[in-house]
Amino acid sequence: MTERPLSPHITVYRMYRYTLLTSLLNRATGLVLSAGLILLVYWLVAIASGPAAYRGAHELLSRGVLKAVYGILLAAFSYHLFAGIRHLIWDTGHGLERAQSKRSAALVAIASILLFAGLAWWALHSGAHAP
Amino acid sequence: MTMRSPLARVLGHGSAKEGVHHWWVQRLTSVALVPLTVWFVVSVLSLPSLDHATVSAWVGQLWTAVFLILFVLTAAWHSQLGVQVVVEDYVHGSGTKTLALSLVTFFHVVVAVAGVLAVLKVALGGAP
Repeated sequence: MTERPLSPHITVYRMYRYTLLTSLLNRATGLVLSAGLILLVYWLVAIASGPAAYRGAHELLSRGVLKAVYGILLAAFSYHLFAGIRHLIWDTGHGLERAQSKRSAALVAIASILLFAGLAWWALHSGAHAP
Repeated sequence: MTMRSPLARVLGHGSAKEGVHHWWVQRLTSVALVPLTVWFVVSVLSLPSLDHATVSAWVGQLWTAVFLILFVLTAAWHSQLGVQVVVEDYVHGSGTKTLALSLVTFFHVVVAVAGVLAVLKVALGGAP
């Protein structure tokens, strides 16, 4: 194959630009959520496998390390949700001006932090998830 | 003057609106996932307990099963499209890329089938 110039030359971008950061985060959180899909299906399969099998899976899924993973998943979900909505609004042709894009990036950051804080608080305080 | 028919000239030379298919399905699944993911997170956090009796009763409800199946399928599809683009962007070398894309596809099909079958098993009363 001949060597041709490739578009995403990540090294030429200035890493502190919010445009790069928001885009990179959307991809990264998407990948995290894809990995979370494995946990979801593992849980569903455990439920379908009956009470005895579920007990073992439940024990595994309740480990301390995985609680951190659920935190990461909730954070990834919170960001990917709002960043995705921002992309959908862009797709309609709106909000593409520089000032608007800057404002929506800030809005996404604030909304996702608030949603994550709310969900994390709920997860820690709901009866089902208390240790 | 060319002897080739107009059809022969255009065949294999680009889009008959197929180029936007990936883009369009990614958007469509993302729109569907907004309510589905919010429903899933809220529902699981609302469960009074995570023991087997509670969760299997929840999965066994008709509308829970419907939305869970839609969620698993849509999420797997959206994830497939997203991971595919990441692989296309960052995995180089045609052999490696083809292998990675194949594995990504197989992985997502397995996830989708296992998830749907698990929900169906509980919903249709086959779970022990």
